[in-house]
Amino acid sequence: MEGIGIWGVPLAIFAGAIRVSTPFIFVSLGESITERSGRINLGLEGTLVFGAMTAYAVAVMSNSPWLGVLAAMATGAVFGLIHGFICKFPKVNDIAIGIAMMQFGLGLAFFLGKPFIQPVAPHLPSIALGGWSSSPQIQSALNINVLFIIGALLAVALWWAFKNTRVGLILRVVGDSSDAARAMGLNPDTARLLATAVGGSLAAVGGAYLSLFYPGSWNEGISSGQGLMAVALVIFARWNPIGCFLAALLFGGAGALGPALQSVGVTQGYYLFYAAPYVLTLVILVVTSSPTRSLAGAPGALSITK
Amino acid sequence: MTIEANIPTLPPLSAQSGNLRPILEWLARRAEPVAISLGAILAGLALFSIFITVVGKSPIDLFKLMYTGGFGSWFSIQNSLSRAAPLLLTALCVALPARLGLVIIGGEGAVVLGGVAAAAAALPLTGSVSPIIVLPVMAIAGMIMGGIWIGMVGVLRHYRGVNETIASLLMAYIAIALMNHFIEGPLRDPASLNKPSTTPLPADYMLGNIPGMDVNWGLVIGILACIVSWILIEATSFGFAARIAGGNVRAAQIQGLPVGRLIVGFTALAGSFAGLAGMVEVAAVQGSANASLAAGYGYTGILVAFLARHNPLAIIPVAILLGGIDASGGLIQRRMGLPDATVLVLQGTLFVVILFCETFYGRFKIFNPDLWKRTA
Repeated sequence: MEGIGIWGVPLAIFAGAIRVSTPFIFVSLGESITERSGRINLGLEGTLVFGAMTAYAVAVMSNSPWLGVLAAMATGAVFGLIHGFICKFPKVNDIAIGIAMMQFGLGLAFFLGKPFIQPVAPHLPSIALGGWSSSPQIQSALNINVLFIIGALLAVALWWAFKNTRVGLILRVVGDSSDAARAMGLNPDTARLLATAVGGSLAAVGGAYLSLFYPGSWNEGISSGQGLMAVALVIFARWNPIGCFLAALLFGGAGALGPALQSVGVTQGYYLFYAAPYVLTLVILVVTSSPTRSLAGAPGALSITK
Repeated sequence: MTIEANIPTLPPLSAQSGNLRPILEWLARRAEPVAISLGAILAGLALFSIFITVVGKSPIDLFKLMYTGGFGSWFSIQNSLSRAAPLLLTALCVALPARLGLVIIGGEGAVVLGGVAAAAAALPLTGSVSPIIVLPVMAIAGMIMGGIWIGMVGVLRHYRGVNETIASLLMAYIAIALMNHFIEGPLRDPASLNKPSTTPLPADYMLGNIPGMDVNWGLVIGILACIVSWILIEATSFGFAARIAGGNVRAAQIQGLPVGRLIVGFTALAGSFAGLAGMVEVAAVQGSANASLAAGYGYTGILVAFLARHNPLAIIPVAILLGGIDASGGLIQRRMGLPDATVLVLQGTLFVVILFCETFYGRFKIFNPDLWKRTA
């Protein structure tokens, strides 16, 4: 830490926030689309890990990380379609199906990903914005991945699209009332099926980031609940894509706290700081929930807010 | 079941077929969950067979190995029963709140903290106090810890409206971080170098095996817990109130049922069973609290509870079945060269198919006596 001394901690948290937040951004944006349509997909953790495995495997075989990202998106969409298809039937509980799809996705990813733990895949490119500084810490902190930038742009685009496009309107109508949607001649099941598929493919991009950039390898412990925390994060962000982006940054920063403290020589109790993102999520849920009224801005047909 | 069954005199011959009807009706209603669950398991196995065929292995060989590894010999049966023991308790952690309509999936957190609490409670007592006192103290410590942990989820749910599924899972991650903190820090045995652990229990303080078997007492504890839970749900007013509240919360509140107390009570009890699973893991298997406590029993318990349709008695055979599948994992890996995640794929497939088959309830006329033709 020579050269920047104690400033290493906030810098490491800032750099960590950008590095760690990207999967949160994609999963939460995907989930915000799904939840806006009135359905909840708790299985995104499985989709994320399967996406990470697919992206890594395809990148190893084709030597192209971007092909890996595309393949991950395709598998994520398939997972979303399965979830959406099953939830279409009466008496099927979307939350329970989400848990089952999570276990299924994890199992399948570990099964098919076994041969890819050893080989090395090419990484996704990043843009060096820190060239002006001579400090290697600042340079590495400002080495920003392309997917982070795409995620930021996507958040703004989705925010605009929810408000101003026909597709955005359809999603909001379907999410608020199945009856109103049917009265308008829309099929809520089809809209939710597609929204879940898009949500799944975005969650898989989050997984691709994990295996192809940071931490940048494929193993069975690659995700630490990002897919699930993102679901809670969407509630905190009030189903607003820009809110999702900012919340993801906050979570990334909380997640970077433990490693940052460890890097400046804090050895006592840093395991507790690893719990920081989970504690933060829980505190936010407690503060923003209410037993009597439904949440402001919540899609009316969403089962999780009742 | 019906009043007709109590008629003492023998009815005339012509009416006897009519009197079979209540029995048939009773059978039909009972047969529905069994038939649909078995159908779902078969469909899940069929899908899994297709998957195994696609990856170029023989599903027949695989199922044969699963049987051999899980139930083929006395040794493997004992292995399966040992693996089923913690699943009985962690499945209850899902099934009890489910009767109230709550989906709690963070039992893993109660398992690891229950284990840490049990190990911590034993530390100052071993050596000076008899095992007959220390073991119950450990069990109570584990149950209180687990009960507080999952009970907190119930409190947050009822008094703050926090979604219990997400809250319980987040708390499972927090619990694992807390466990790591304790076993690497304040409770660490300096002698545990490679694998940080608490100070191991002396051998005479361990919870031993059931006489004549190589299975520890955890199995008996788990089965007793299932029976007690079944009685609680089916035969007490507390359980009856819970079933009403699980069916319709508003109706229960209008009836004046203490919904808040029911939710907190059921979640706390559920958590205490998971905490007990952690205690058994420490006192009968590991001998100390360490990272092996987070072995995923809490997550497999979710599947067991859903397969058993949250019926505590049905949990017993389902847990043994899944314990057997789990026990055969090593054999499948060695003999067929399939990854250890094969078992996970099978579990995930079964889980999805079982939940999908919920949609078939009430669709078959044969199970619904109200739709039968009036005869005789």
